[in-house]
Amino acid sequence: MSTQNTRTQSSAGVALWDEGHHGHDVISTRTFGFWLYMLSDAMIFATLFAAYAVLASHTAGGPAAQDIVHPWYAFGETVLVFSSVLAFGFSVTALKAASRGGVIGWMAVALLLGAGFLGMEIHEFAGLAMQGIVPARSAFLSSYWVLVLTHGLHMAFGLIWMLVMMYQVARYGFSTDVVARLLSLKYFWFFQAVMWVCVFTVIYLHGAI
Amino acid sequence: MLVHLQGPWSPLWGRLSLSEVPYHNMIVVGAFAFAIVLGAAIVGAVTYAGKWGYLWREWLTTVDHKKIGVMYILLGLVMLFRGFVDALMMRTQQMMAAGPHAAGFLGALHGYLPPSHFDQIYSAHGTIMIILAVTPILVGLMNIVVPLQVGARDMAYPYLNAVGLWLTAMAAALVMLSLFLGDFSHAGWVGLAPLTELPYSPNVGVDYWMWAIQISSVGTTLGSINLIATIVKMRAPGMTWGRLPIFTWTSLSTNIIALSSFPVLAVALFLLSFDRYLGTHFFTPGLGGDLMLYTNLFWIWGHPEVYFVVLPAFGIISEIVPTFSEKPLFGYITMVIASMAIAGVSWSVWLHHFFTMGEGPAVSLYFSVATMLVGIPTGVKVFNWAFTMYRARIRYDVPMLWAIGALALLLTGGLTGMMLAIPAINYTVHNSVFVVAHFHNMFLLIAFAAMGGINYWWPKVFGYKLDEKTGRLVFWYWVAGTIVVFVPMYTLGFMGMTRRLDYVAHPSWLPLLQLEEAGIALYCLALYYQLKQIYVSIRDRAANRVGADAWGTSRSLEWMTLSPVPFYNFAVTPVVHARDEWAWRREHGYTNLRPSRYVDIHMPRNTAVPLVIGALSFALGFGLIWRIWWLTALSLVGIVVAMIIRAGDTDTGYVIAAADVERMEKQADLRAQTVPGGRTGQPIRAVP
Repeated sequence: MSTQNTRTQSSAGVALWDEGHHGHDVISTRTFGFWLYMLSDAMIFATLFAAYAVLASHTAGGPAAQDIVHPWYAFGETVLVFSSVLAFGFSVTALKAASRGGVIGWMAVALLLGAGFLGMEIHEFAGLAMQGIVPARSAFLSSYWVLVLTHGLHMAFGLIWMLVMMYQVARYGFSTDVVARLLSLKYFWFFQAVMWVCVFTVIYLHGAI
Repeated sequence: MLVHLQGPWSPLWGRLSLSEVPYHNMIVVGAFAFAIVLGAAIVGAVTYAGKWGYLWREWLTTVDHKKIGVMYILLGLVMLFRGFVDALMMRTQQMMAAGPHAAGFLGALHGYLPPSHFDQIYSAHGTIMIILAVTPILVGLMNIVVPLQVGARDMAYPYLNAVGLWLTAMAAALVMLSLFLGDFSHAGWVGLAPLTELPYSPNVGVDYWMWAIQISSVGTTLGSINLIATIVKMRAPGMTWGRLPIFTWTSLSTNIIALSSFPVLAVALFLLSFDRYLGTHFFTPGLGGDLMLYTNLFWIWGHPEVYFVVLPAFGIISEIVPTFSEKPLFGYITMVIASMAIAGVSWSVWLHHFFTMGEGPAVSLYFSVATMLVGIPTGVKVFNWAFTMYRARIRYDVPMLWAIGALALLLTGGLTGMMLAIPAINYTVHNSVFVVAHFHNMFLLIAFAAMGGINYWWPKVFGYKLDEKTGRLVFWYWVAGTIVVFVPMYTLGFMGMTRRLDYVAHPSWLPLLQLEEAGIALYCLALYYQLKQIYVSIRDRAANRVGADAWGTSRSLEWMTLSPVPFYNFAVTPVVHARDEWAWRREHGYTNLRPSRYVDIHMPRNTAVPLVIGALSFALGFGLIWRIWWLTALSLVGIVVAMIIRAGDTDTGYVIAAADVERMEKQADLRAQTVPGGRTGQPIRAVP
């Protein structure tokens, strides 16, 4: 980071001040902070899963998990989430090649696939609501709706973020700020896919048994 | 999907109507008049002095970690005053309402507070003291001290830091607003489920409580990310983990706790808000809801929160004791391990807050043993401080008095905590004022340490010491008040008095309640001398100016720059050679603070966005509380738009040229030469 000759030395040759010190690396500091944020986000999901585990059997005479989940439908959503992550991966590869068109193009693909996922989820819950399977029916349904839709809300937020980043890449190119945000968005998007794996396993697969 | 509400609602005003203003309650009207007069006086004074521009440029839009820290502490002190007034009202009510023949005033059957009002006061007291007084004061101290101790120019994310401050401030504003518009929660600061559910608390009180905590805890979580990143990423060259000052270590452990526990609280409160707004059944008594789920989630956050506030207090004591013992801290490594151990154990003790849940002996045993385990690292810390003081040349300056007082409180509070860790005892004293006395004992330890910290670092931030004479009076009156209030409270707990009583059925408890009231009077004297101390110190600041090393025997990095600290902290980043770098330099004669040459400094630019986001969060909370949906939607969209606009701002920093740094440092030099020991940081007290 700095060499001895840029430092103020005492008469005994001890370096006391570092004039060449340039502080921290912006991108690594930003992404580190984002990792910390994701830790807190993971705790949010952990708490929701805990609440779901406690309340899953509290159906109060209403529908239980096996009555309402459709694992094959959710598998379709899984395919969309994973394809979206793959597309985002290609977008990051294009970032390494410093290709604006590549980053924006692949991100648009990721965005469309993510929007497809959200569309399927909205379709599923609209169907439930139509049948009167609403969160106010029982504690199980409350936790089912809240857990799945909390993930959905994260996905929606990711889509808005992608829109902003596509604009920023087009407008500012690969500035330090933009690259730091692209990397954070990558972590965010991959993290939501990991969370979806948990949702799919705990709610849709386990629930169907 | 929204729940059906009892009472009127309109699309424009939500549940808001003029009848929600409690103008018939004389106490509230009095408080309102006081707030109006005080507010008008402040606005008038700022206008008269023509300081609005200064206030806007230097404080409201600042991203400087020291100024943000000062504002955090100021907010905490104001809320501490509010919480104290609540305490005073509760003590007075219990003293006036003892026995069936106690007279009633102002519409109360006994005493002067009807039950609904009394319940709001204790709920507000707890919420305010823990979340809006102690937490901001400690976060403020961490804000000021941690970047200096690691040798950084600012926090890792200065902008985020300001966002955290304004969210916390707006949460406090919401709680204060509940005094004059609607009501506050009556369900305790913990929010006893299912009392917090809509059918049992149909008013806006619980909503005020819920959203204020929610907003402030977002602020605290953001702050914790910032502090952890600052400690991990922003350390000066040579500042290895083994050289990190203990206060920074405790800040790290405490913020790891905050980062991992506050999301749990956020979820618990969100689930409650879904119950209240969307009619879900998480914590309701019917349709499968589980109220113990709330209690568990709350305390899974609540107990780590206790250590979130106690660890920085331990850190402060660990800084003060070596300075005034003129010795390095005993057992540095064990201190670090103990801090991390406390943070770790904090996660596995939550159930001791409700042993009476009926979870069975095996579970009780586990949580009992886990709770007692906390005593080991805490005991290590106590012995380390004791061994630091052993055979030392102790100077009883005001910060040291507070630190020693905190130690005494830690001993009594810790020992009663060990008693409460035993389920058999816990069952007997559950929900008694013995428990109340215990946790007040612990929170007072934190308050003592925080007062010590304020006295200790005040000269660093403002460049002059707080007045010693009045400082001692504050300390001794506070000690006396603590003893006179809480020894009777422990006693009443043993005698069987339960907590949260607006009416005390037992007239024989009256003398002890009167004694507690006398203790409150002593606290009032402490408060008077506290205000006087600040007034006298500001008035006589010219006589109390200090050099870089305000105490002459300080040990860590923050004492290696000017007092008051320039906005760029260090003209040139220091190189660290030892655990107590400043003590090491003093020992080796490297006390000259001048670098060989000055360099350009890159600094973050001020921004109004955090204030705007704070104001929008206030509007969001207000809209949610009164169910004004257009305001809720508008402020939510506003927050997202503000974030996007900020993300498009490419001009967030600026450079101070080396020549300007040199000019500012030279000016500070001239000022410092008028102070004994000033620029070079020589001890300002002559050693006899």
